[in-house]
Amino acid sequence: MAAAAPFSRAEEEGPSVSLAPDHRTEWGRQATPRRASRWIGFCFIAPLLAFLALVYVIPFLGVAEWSVTLPKPGIGQYERLATDPLVLSVFLRTFRICAIVTFVSVTAAYAIAYVWVRGTLLQRRLTELCILIPFLISVLTRAFGWLALLSSRGLVNTWLQASGLIDSPLQLARNEFGVVLGMTHVLIPFAAFPLASAMRSVDERVLLAARGLGASRLRIFWRVFLPMTASGLIGAALIVFVFTLGFFVTPAILGGGRSIMVAELVYLRMFQSPDWGLGAAVSVVLVLIVGALMAALFRFARPAMIGGGR
Amino acid sequence: MRQRPSAIALVMAGLVAIFLLLPLLAVVPISLTPARFLTMPTGELSLIHYRDLIDNPDWGQSILLSLRIGVVSSVIATTLALAFALGIWMFQPPLSALLVGFVLLPMIVPPVVSAMILYFFLTSLSQVSGAVGYDTWLGVTLAHVVMITPCAVVLILVALAQVDRRIDLAARGLGATVLQRAFKIVLPNIRFGVLTAALMAFVLSWEEIGVTLFVTSVNAITLPRMMWMGVHDNIDPAIAAISVVLIALTTIALVGRMMLQRHEPA
Repeated sequence: MAAAAPFSRAEEEGPSVSLAPDHRTEWGRQATPRRASRWIGFCFIAPLLAFLALVYVIPFLGVAEWSVTLPKPGIGQYERLATDPLVLSVFLRTFRICAIVTFVSVTAAYAIAYVWVRGTLLQRRLTELCILIPFLISVLTRAFGWLALLSSRGLVNTWLQASGLIDSPLQLARNEFGVVLGMTHVLIPFAAFPLASAMRSVDERVLLAARGLGASRLRIFWRVFLPMTASGLIGAALIVFVFTLGFFVTPAILGGGRSIMVAELVYLRMFQSPDWGLGAAVSVVLVLIVGALMAALFRFARPAMIGGGR
Repeated sequence: MRQRPSAIALVMAGLVAIFLLLPLLAVVPISLTPARFLTMPTGELSLIHYRDLIDNPDWGQSILLSLRIGVVSSVIATTLALAFALGIWMFQPPLSALLVGFVLLPMIVPPVVSAMILYFFLTSLSQVSGAVGYDTWLGVTLAHVVMITPCAVVLILVALAQVDRRIDLAARGLGATVLQRAFKIVLPNIRFGVLTAALMAFVLSWEEIGVTLFVTSVNAITLPRMMWMGVHDNIDPAIAAISVVLIALTTIALVGRMMLQRHEPA
């Protein structure tokens, strides 16, 4: 009590003496929690950042180091990348397959996303199931499903032979055709999500205005709806292209070792004919390509999105 | 008055839908063949491959391992992602966009490069301790946490974007501490988002194969790793049986979720 009394008196007197102590307490009161909250905020964010730095970023530097030290120091692996006909042909094939898969899957996704967004309740529910069920099922199961359809004793060949249309089974899987089908199947849902969100943000009144002005349905679609979802198309195409570049399980199964893509090349160079330096160099180049594509996405898609949104 | 899709649009979407479901339906007849290789059943049907799943202990073990890795990595990933997303949302630190972009890296970087990075990390870790490195269940769990956290971050940030900032401001004005705000104000409002993130993270870990293939060899055989051997090295119709089971479970879960949604207003 004896100690508390002067303290409380001092507190009561404090503000009445002058303005200066009042200011000081104001500053003191705000500064402490703000600094503390910044520190607590850091505690929230830091664990994930530290985890990723330790487990992901630092090891990436290690992989980059492999690319210039294995088997001997120097940029020999990168020279091989630029000159070795085998590696070049793999890169070329990868870009070709990526381009085809991107075009086909974005087109197909546009069709299904359109009904998913604009259909009746039943149509929306059915398309949602058709997009989400394959999306949630492992790429392994889906690749196996394509083998079941396309292999020489699979469904398609069995039916065609039974109906007498062909004598010997067609080579449908274990080639580039199978790879393109399998990857398109994996990537349609990934393209459908950004497309659907772009379609949802289309202002219904604009379409109504076009209708009121007498435009036909086809004309409304080509001249109004499609341009308004162009940013979604660019976004979907870039996402699909980037994902296709690094895909590895589907081409490995459906390509049957014949049409190797870049990602499978890395796997083979790591585990079958050890050539870690080349695998690491390909990884670094892939990161650079993806980085450039993402930079392009932010440069070109953002203004378009802002323009389309308003 | 919204104009519904025309017949042409419906036909095109229908064709895409058939394309999407076709390979899933195709595994059903294959799973019923009595033969030991991939072929259509001719005449008699058999459940021998489903029997295999029960009789062969390798399948059960790999399922248990995948469940354990999935649950542990989902809990770790969701916790890390939740703390990070709350930090970004509540404190809005400078360069937020850059920080979010950074933690999404494992989702954007090609999976094969992530696989290479995690292979490097885990083989290096093996030299320090054999229990958490290459080809151990803890090593696979660490690798999965890296791969599934970005997705959890995205889902939780989406959930947070729908929270009214003013309730947090009100709590702050009434003198709530940071932890009280996080746990009593923000968290109850995003609990479904967090739950979805945890579920999605589990599913991603459950079916992860790209990275798992790089960081396991003979000990930590997860279910997808086991299926990979059955698809890539030789075509085993038991894969068709396990696939049918997984497809059925996924379909039931999705249709069930849809039915539940129907009972909710809006």
